[in-house]
Amino acid sequence: MEFERDLHLDATELRLGLPGTATKQSSEKQKPNSNLAKSNKRSLPDMNEESEGSSRENSRTVSSNEKKSHDQETAPPIKAQVVGWPPIRSYRKNCLQAKKLEAEAAGLYVKVSMDGAPYLRKIDLKVYKGYPELLKALEEMFKFKAGKYSEREGYNGSEHVPTYEDKDGDWMLVGDVPWDMFISSCKRLRIMKESEARGLGCAV
Amino acid sequence: MITNKKPRSSDTDSNYMRDDRTEMSEDDDRSPPSDSIANGSCPTRTCTPGSGSGSGSSSIPEYSAPYPDRVLENVLENVLWFLTSRKDRNAASLVCRSWYRVEAMTRSDLFIGNCYAVSPERATSRFTRVRSVTLKGKPRFADFNLMPPNWGAHFAPWVSATAKAYPWLEKIHLKRMSVTDDDLALLAESFSGFKELVLVCCDGFGTSGLAAVASKCRQLKVLDLIESEVSDDEVDWIMCFPDTETCLESLIFDCVECLVDFDVLERLVVRSPSLKKLRLNRFVSIGQLYRLMVRAPQLTHLGTGSFSPSEDVAQGELELDYVSAFAACKSLVCLSGFREIVPDCLPAIYPVCANLTSLNFSYANISAEQLKPIISNCHKLQTFWVLDSICDEGLQAVATTCKELRELRVFPFDPREDIEGPVSEVGLQAISEGCRKLQSILYFCQRMTNAAVIAMSKNCPDLVIFRLCIMGRQRPDHVTGEPMDEGFGAIVMNCKKLTRLAVSGLLTDTAFAYIGKYGKIVRTLSVAFAGDSDMGLKYVLEGCPRLQKLEIRDSPFGDTALLSGLHHYYNMRFLWMSACRLSHQGCQQIAQALPHLVVEVIKHEDTVHMDDYADTLYMYRSLAGRRHDVPQFVSIL
Repeated sequence: MEFERDLHLDATELRLGLPGTATKQSSEKQKPNSNLAKSNKRSLPDMNEESEGSSRENSRTVSSNEKKSHDQETAPPIKAQVVGWPPIRSYRKNCLQAKKLEAEAAGLYVKVSMDGAPYLRKIDLKVYKGYPELLKALEEMFKFKAGKYSEREGYNGSEHVPTYEDKDGDWMLVGDVPWDMFISSCKRLRIMKESEARGLGCAV
Repeated sequence: MITNKKPRSSDTDSNYMRDDRTEMSEDDDRSPPSDSIANGSCPTRTCTPGSGSGSGSSSIPEYSAPYPDRVLENVLENVLWFLTSRKDRNAASLVCRSWYRVEAMTRSDLFIGNCYAVSPERATSRFTRVRSVTLKGKPRFADFNLMPPNWGAHFAPWVSATAKAYPWLEKIHLKRMSVTDDDLALLAESFSGFKELVLVCCDGFGTSGLAAVASKCRQLKVLDLIESEVSDDEVDWIMCFPDTETCLESLIFDCVECLVDFDVLERLVVRSPSLKKLRLNRFVSIGQLYRLMVRAPQLTHLGTGSFSPSEDVAQGELELDYVSAFAACKSLVCLSGFREIVPDCLPAIYPVCANLTSLNFSYANISAEQLKPIISNCHKLQTFWVLDSICDEGLQAVATTCKELRELRVFPFDPREDIEGPVSEVGLQAISEGCRKLQSILYFCQRMTNAAVIAMSKNCPDLVIFRLCIMGRQRPDHVTGEPMDEGFGAIVMNCKKLTRLAVSGLLTDTAFAYIGKYGKIVRTLSVAFAGDSDMGLKYVLEGCPRLQKLEIRDSPFGDTALLSGLHHYYNMRFLWMSACRLSHQGCQQIAQALPHLVVEVIKHEDTVHMDDYADTLYMYRSLAGRRHDVPQFVSIL
């Protein structure tokens, strides 16, 4: 899914406790600030001051979570989670949490073969954000150069061409379909010799 | 604007009201309020049958029969049996003592919207011929961990009272109650003709309690466990059903997180020829589902379980002819489950799409592309629950086809704040344009605009329930940067049938002014992280005469606002306020002013104990006074 492209380190973090209890142990009472009504800024936990001098202390522990992956563009800091927000019943949260973790942890392992190489490799497609990263990884793994990709001519100027087998059993050129579609349909990869690949990349 | 209703009855009937509809989340809870407690004292007007000049007495003509009282009561009894609406019954019971008595004798469905509003003894002594009991316990915010565990709402005193008073009892419906295995065992023992058990959002029991019910309730037609927490006592409860043919019409156990022995389940289905509703849990694989469907093509409601192949027999399961199995279920109108869906299996349901009126995909992580071929055939769909994984595009597809849609719920796959959500105002707008008959919506999103909400208020005039949850707290309109006041204002202004509202996003007191001004029939209001000052709450308490249930969290409303509702609290089922600005003194003042209100202040363990402030206020009208099962973290003022 598109919105899962971040590496949610905290979600895969090993913790003691039942799934879904993460939100319980980390909570912060968000005191609505009257200033907020006038600005668009979201309040950060440390900006939360009592405006009326009431001595009510906020002692629910604040947990820092939601560490975004380092290669992400800087985004506004995420608020600490609050108990019971968003209002989803724990049963539903637990069910989907388990699925999310499964989806993230499981990865999408596909076999990669290269013509002429003695044995195959396996890679996790989920680790890559797009074609450039994938190709770079393949090139490094198998010590070859893929050449330049263009929609019309496929991979130009190299001896090897990355291809994949899709759900329907057809052999396709890597790069032709959008990344998300590729991820969900790729069954295995094969780095073909250029001579064998002739005909795959040609525009019809 | 607010009519201060004087009590006319000695016994407040507000606690016994129930809606005609069986859906437990909806209720019509208007009541003539009472702030005088009955000690058997009777209303001032009495019926004087036989005397033509009785003030306001019934217009039944004078008889010269020997016992006119009896005749009238017989007539009444016969007539009142037909009266099912609890509102009507409550009104009838107020006419005079005679009518009160006869109504009490003829009421067969007892509904108690707050189990602490009346004691079991009092209820069972007034109503002597009850066949069905509905009880609701904890307030809704307890679902979101805002209430510490073991707060209360125990079924135990009720099951023992009803066991003595109504041995012929047939139905029990519970919502948010704490039920133990012992309670279920007592139930099973006590009611020989027991037919229907429905437990919604309950906890405290396990499979051993279910086993007791299955084995002893031989007339059982309905066993529905909905979103309840059931502990695994490693008892095969399905095995406990009688060996002979059963009366089962509905078996719903999709929330039960325990393995079931499939062969036992299959045999049960085979010997339950009346079975119409079957909702399996996620431990049932698609291959097993196939076998059950083949055995029970008469099903109208099906919860498909995992909808994925089990690990060990995967290949064989994929080859079964699921399409035929679904095609054979010609009466199927309601489909749910899909707990671990393998999208490749989805096309199996094509044959039933055209007949579906209800479809629940809210546990199925499917994309817009995967949804489209299904939804494009669902022309009759009225209820649709789904995950936001279908994105705005998926919602557009729904809007294109589902012209009969009445209820839509869009749940978040990833319920966190501050992430890029897949659904937005685009989806809401599309739905509003395509589904004009919409009555109820629950929509979780990360971003929204006033324009889309306003559009919905105009396009969907039949809206009764509008619940929008913008998951980032206090998020403004993401296009204009304005608060969401205008959007929600338009909803209360334009949707003349609106009775339930949940607000979110950045909201100032203006939003509440709108609600107070236009929300004249709003009964249930949910507020979180909203408002600027006491005025917000005041607007609502002063402006909404039909308000029954008000739940507020993390909003800057204090004692002054709380006091402004004194005139209305006896008309309400409850008020919940947590993490607001209430002090103990403020709550105390309410408790002193209104003796028949139970004012509970709930402390949370992890907060530093500040004497002054009330963490959580939960207050409700009650004839029973302070309850006897108060845990140590609750103080009743």
